[in-house]
Amino acid sequence: MRIAVCVKHVPEGSARIDPVSKRLDRSGEGALNHFDANAVEEALRLKGESDTEVVVLSMGPEKAADSLRKALAMGADRAVLVSDESAAGSDLLATSRVLAKALEREGADLVLFGQQASDADGAVLWAAVAERLRRPVVSQAAELSLQDGSLRVKRQTEFGYDVIEAPLPAVVAVSDAINEPRYPSLKGIMGAKRKPQEVLSLADLGLEASAAGEAGSGTKVLALADPPARGDARKIEDDGNAAQAILDFLVEKRLV
Amino acid sequence: MSVLVFLEHHGNELQKGSLGVLSKAASLGDPEVAAVLVGAGVRALAAEAGAFGAKRVYVAEDASLDPPTPQPRVDVLAQAVAHGGYDTILLANSVLAADVAAGLAARLEAGLNWDLVDLERRDGELVGTRPALQDSVYVEVGWTSQQRIALFRAGSFDAAATGGGEPELVELAPELEEHSRGAKVVDQQLEASSGPSIEDADVIVAGGRGLGGPEHFTLAEELAKALGGAVGATRAVVDAGWYPYSAQIGQTGKTVSPKLYVALGISGAIQHKVGMQSSNVIVAINKDPNAPIFEFSDLGVVGDLHEIVPKLTELVRQRRAS
Ligand SMILES: Cc1cc2nc3c(=O)[nH]c(=O)nc-3n(C[C@H](O)[C@H](O)[C@H](O)COP(=O)(O)OP(=O)(O)OC[C@H]3O[C@@H](n4cnc5c(N)ncnc54)[C@H](O)[C@@H]3O)c2cc1C
Ligand SMILES: Nc1ncnc2c1ncn2[C@@H]1O[C@H](COP(=O)(O)O)[C@@H](O)[C@H]1O
Repeated sequence: MRIAVCVKHVPEGSARIDPVSKRLDRSGEGALNHFDANAVEEALRLKGESDTEVVVLSMGPEKAADSLRKALAMGADRAVLVSDESAAGSDLLATSRVLAKALEREGADLVLFGQQASDADGAVLWAAVAERLRRPVVSQAAELSLQDGSLRVKRQTEFGYDVIEAPLPAVVAVSDAINEPRYPSLKGIMGAKRKPQEVLSLADLGLEASAAGEAGSGTKVLALADPPARGDARKIEDDGNAAQAILDFLVEKRLV
Repeated sequence: MSVLVFLEHHGNELQKGSLGVLSKAASLGDPEVAAVLVGAGVRALAAEAGAFGAKRVYVAEDASLDPPTPQPRVDVLAQAVAHGGYDTILLANSVLAADVAAGLAARLEAGLNWDLVDLERRDGELVGTRPALQDSVYVEVGWTSQQRIALFRAGSFDAAATGGGEPELVELAPELEEHSRGAKVVDQQLEASSGPSIEDADVIVAGGRGLGGPEHFTLAEELAKALGGAVGATRAVVDAGWYPYSAQIGQTGKTVSPKLYVALGISGAIQHKVGMQSSNVIVAINKDPNAPIFEFSDLGVVGDLHEIVPKLTELVRQRRAS
């Protein structure tokens, strides 16, 4: 069996949008989107001792290789990075087009996604990818199990819990409550360097440059504005007296 | 511009969020707003959709469509779009609607702007407003595709009856794609709205994964007791089985607006924020100085809750006793 996991390299710390390009500034340090660590962990859990291959896939700048290497260090077997100047500025339509192409090439039985990208907060990409792959999709999986060529998911909705079954091949997005991602071991980190890591261009996937980036997108950013003003918020660091400071604040606000 | 609104229902009730989006659609200037209803027994809901501004309602009435899976709904919406030639499709965010919106975007090759809190027409163009990066910046977004899809953040618009009459009904015989028939709902555990109500509490102390384990929820309970309040929780800890679903606050849980909201070890994800942002005063304790919750707290405390909370509980008790 083969499981592909889509992971994103996201800016670390507080991200900003470049006022000129109106794109997310990706020049600083980045890291594996922490919600995607849950998807990698779930793939490794499902693999267990079997001969299942776990492939991690990302579309992003060259530096996204760092995040893929982290996933390899956790235990994934192989990494594929789609990196191309023409892909910068891709929206949901363009990103799903590129990822679907790359996934077709893998022919995975199960494609896993994280719950959301911490920079974009879309929490929607999987459904577009699944549509392009013409496969069943289940999102928000808090529990996932495989059995006889089908999967079973428990997920929370606005009304309680649904249990959903679907035949493989299928696409699943996992919630961050599904597991506790492992930390890469030293051995894992050393071993990651020797695992297969491919970098592909759009052309390698048989895609025109216009299939991605702004040309391949259906949305555009028009302008940036400040959020509505908030009252005077205070932030303090605990120096041992935080409890007293909170009490004083509550007294001042007449809440105790 | 011709607008189509996806209406979500639960049992035999149209969702407030969907009706809010429908009211908004009616105000955008298209005199012929249409809506789509999918599932069993939905024909009876069409009249209500009319009262909230729908002039035409597409009805895909079929028991096999009742389980809340997204892909059959993509098929039905694509059918309605083809029938009426709609160029703008609007949805209120939910677990179901988000997947419907993204699937439809790929099907139609139509741009999707999500998490919008507003939409307006400016010089003939549609412009959406999206708070981004933990709501620290407001982005104005548009579309370059022929068809446009917009997914709105929960609670963006009030549902206002427009006094519209009976809508025109168009029955759709659903033609489902092979892949849309794959996912099946085999069980539903619907949570009764009973249990301790946190919606009416003046004070809520909410716990997240930062508590470190179910056994540490006593920290939240003790502080809540001292402050005379109730205990809330994030989805992460509810799904992990640390605390009951009835205490969950956020998009898929309850919406609360107490006088005081104390967040313990909660990162402040948008989906949590939408359920508590209208609280009067928000106090957050989190050890990560970059936690998003600090963006919308009145008092943010960077520190270890295990150190701070027991002391705070004791101080509150002393003050109350004196
Ligand atoms: C469709 C959808 C619907 C959702 N619905 C909801 C919903 O209704 N409600 C909801 O809450 N979420 C919901 N979520 C999930 C949401 O996105 C977050 O994943 C969730 O809110 C995170 O919960 P958390 O803050 O407890 O955990 P985390 O994000 O893991 O945050 C834990 C925090 O605790 C801090 N911490 C750790 N140790 C300590 C310590 N000792 N002292 C102080 N601080 C500490 C950490 O710095 C961290 O910020 C939904 C997500 C999706 C995609
Ligand atoms: N550029 C990308 N490359 C690979 N996977 C991605 C990318 N962007 C998003 N994802 C995946 O899609 C999920 C949801 O992302 P989003 O819909 O952007 O919030 C993430 O958790 C990742 O699993």
